[in-house]
Amino acid sequence: MKKSISYIILSICGLLMVIPFVWMLTTSVKSQLEVNKGNVGFLPVEEYSIYQKNGIDYRITPIKVDGDSIYIHLFDKDMNRIRSYEKVASSDIVNKKKFMLHFENYKEAFTKVPFKRYFINTLFVSFSVVFGVLITGALAAYAFAIMRFKGRDFIFYLFISMMMVPQPVYLIPSYVLLNHLGWIDTYQALIIPWIANIFTIFLLRQQFKTIPDELFDAARIDGCGRLRTLWKLVLPLSKSVIATAAIFGFIGSWNSFMWPLVMTDSPAIRVLQVGLSYFSQEASAQTSLLMAASTFSILPLVILFIFAQKQIIASFASSGLKG
Amino acid sequence: MKDKFDFGPYLYILPAAIIVIIFRLIPIILSFIVSFYNWTITGPGEFIGLENYSRMLHDGEFWQSMLNTFHLVIFVVPISLVLSLIFANFLNGIEKLKSFFRSVYFIPTVTSMVAISIVWKIIFNQQTGLANFFLTKIGFDPMGWLAESRGVIDIFLSSLGLNFPGVIQSLSSGIGISYNTLYLLVGGPSLALFCIIIVTIWKGLGYNTIIYLAGLQNIPQVYYEAAEIDGAGKIKQFFKITWHLISPTTFYVLMMTTIVTFQVFSQIYLMTGPPVGGPLGTTKVIVYFLFDKGFGEGNNLSYASAIALVLFAIILSLTLLQKKLEKKVHY
Repeated sequence: MKKSISYIILSICGLLMVIPFVWMLTTSVKSQLEVNKGNVGFLPVEEYSIYQKNGIDYRITPIKVDGDSIYIHLFDKDMNRIRSYEKVASSDIVNKKKFMLHFENYKEAFTKVPFKRYFINTLFVSFSVVFGVLITGALAAYAFAIMRFKGRDFIFYLFISMMMVPQPVYLIPSYVLLNHLGWIDTYQALIIPWIANIFTIFLLRQQFKTIPDELFDAARIDGCGRLRTLWKLVLPLSKSVIATAAIFGFIGSWNSFMWPLVMTDSPAIRVLQVGLSYFSQEASAQTSLLMAASTFSILPLVILFIFAQKQIIASFASSGLKG
Repeated sequence: MKDKFDFGPYLYILPAAIIVIIFRLIPIILSFIVSFYNWTITGPGEFIGLENYSRMLHDGEFWQSMLNTFHLVIFVVPISLVLSLIFANFLNGIEKLKSFFRSVYFIPTVTSMVAISIVWKIIFNQQTGLANFFLTKIGFDPMGWLAESRGVIDIFLSSLGLNFPGVIQSLSSGIGISYNTLYLLVGGPSLALFCIIIVTIWKGLGYNTIIYLAGLQNIPQVYYEAAEIDGAGKIKQFFKITWHLISPTTFYVLMMTTIVTFQVFSQIYLMTGPPVGGPLGTTKVIVYFLFDKGFGEGNNLSYASAIALVLFAIILSLTLLQKKLEKKVHY
């Protein structure tokens, strides 16, 4: 009994959580005409009129009603106009509803805006960032976790305190700095400042610390150098945390908006989020195209999420406990 | 026998350290310097001392954006906290479909703010939006949503038949504060900002829920078994056991949500700007304001830097407060 109440409430709230996504999907396959007519419900259903004569259905557009008659344009099944201003009896006109999916919206959004280019840019930037973050992160975390050296804790806490600084704070001076370096509107501006992630260092350090000392002793006796130990011993034992760090890095990079908005300008290196944002200003009245573009831009992450949901949720949850 | 100084460890930190120093530490130091100048896109300009900071004090736009940010925080944080705690409790009580529901609530967290802001903007569109579609279906008048600058308290009281602007008018002449100021203070966030509040809560709910869920799963079952024997009902158990033992998580969620909400930008930019920042500037929050000053007309990077540092001071004090109080809330 109590369980069923839980399920009912969870279902209703879950529905409210996904409604925007469902509506996005259904609107993305509607024709703009239907949306403008006020047909904004969930089902991509279209209303249209048919003129029936001699057992054949003709698609029509009604022009003007004249008493019991109506002037219409007649179309054949390929929607070529075959008669104009035909006067017929109103009773021969039937209104119908039809389930219609306009996948061409996706194609149209792609021809209006070079989303393919933006998509490739975003992939390139995100993968570069993840790659860089894992390398710098693994090296630094290895030193912080395993090695003893002067100033280790000081440097580590300096890093951590840098992590607390929110992006809006260093956005303006970073712009000044990158402008000075001549990096504005380049890939470097999107990649290089992000290839060290303090959270990743923190995450990997926690993991590396759990590896027993005996294993390091054994590696040393076998004549393994530091780098070799990292590569052959530490990293293979840390696969799941590395995956977590990679997922975090990828999601963060894919979704980042304010930074690329400020640091880039030309369409050639524009990323998806910024491109989408410009598109939403240009095509603000073209609801269904906007929805198609939005759907397309969140699809990669939703797919990633579906395949790795356990891991993703667990990593977000652990970010809270260590907070 | 003493070893030679070992440079090895430093070499391992070096790549990360270079990036952190150049792209975090230096910009943070730079932002102080920039804020004392008259820096625009063309260069540093002249040293003007604290002028940018004193300008802020007299800038009505700054205070309005602070008030908007404050409205955002005081609505988003408590509502998100209560809803996520409720969701987490329901989720914790079920076995079947648990991970399914968890994933459903979590999807907004991983999707991009840009895409979902566009979706929500169209949902709140007056003519072709879902919000007015539902509203008219159940017999209400359509609303202005993102175009509506009136405060939600005004809208609510006016719908009950009270002449809210009239009351404010007579009050303002009575106590000598301008009508506009008084209206902003007591009218509540504008309906447009309220839409932003809804989106912000919706986006962060999944994250807070799984943080709470992790916290709930750490509470030992024996407490509940003991309470069961004592005859305490579910509600009583929640307030007597769960609420107390979950308080460190509540504290974390509270602080994190507050800090993140102070930095809201994308949804404001996409749903109500640019260039205006909502109807009559009623959704202009602090980060949008500094973005607008720095990269909008005039490119006043110095003024924007000064605003950013004020934001930094607020967030830093919240973080320090968190560290200080954290020890007290752990049972």
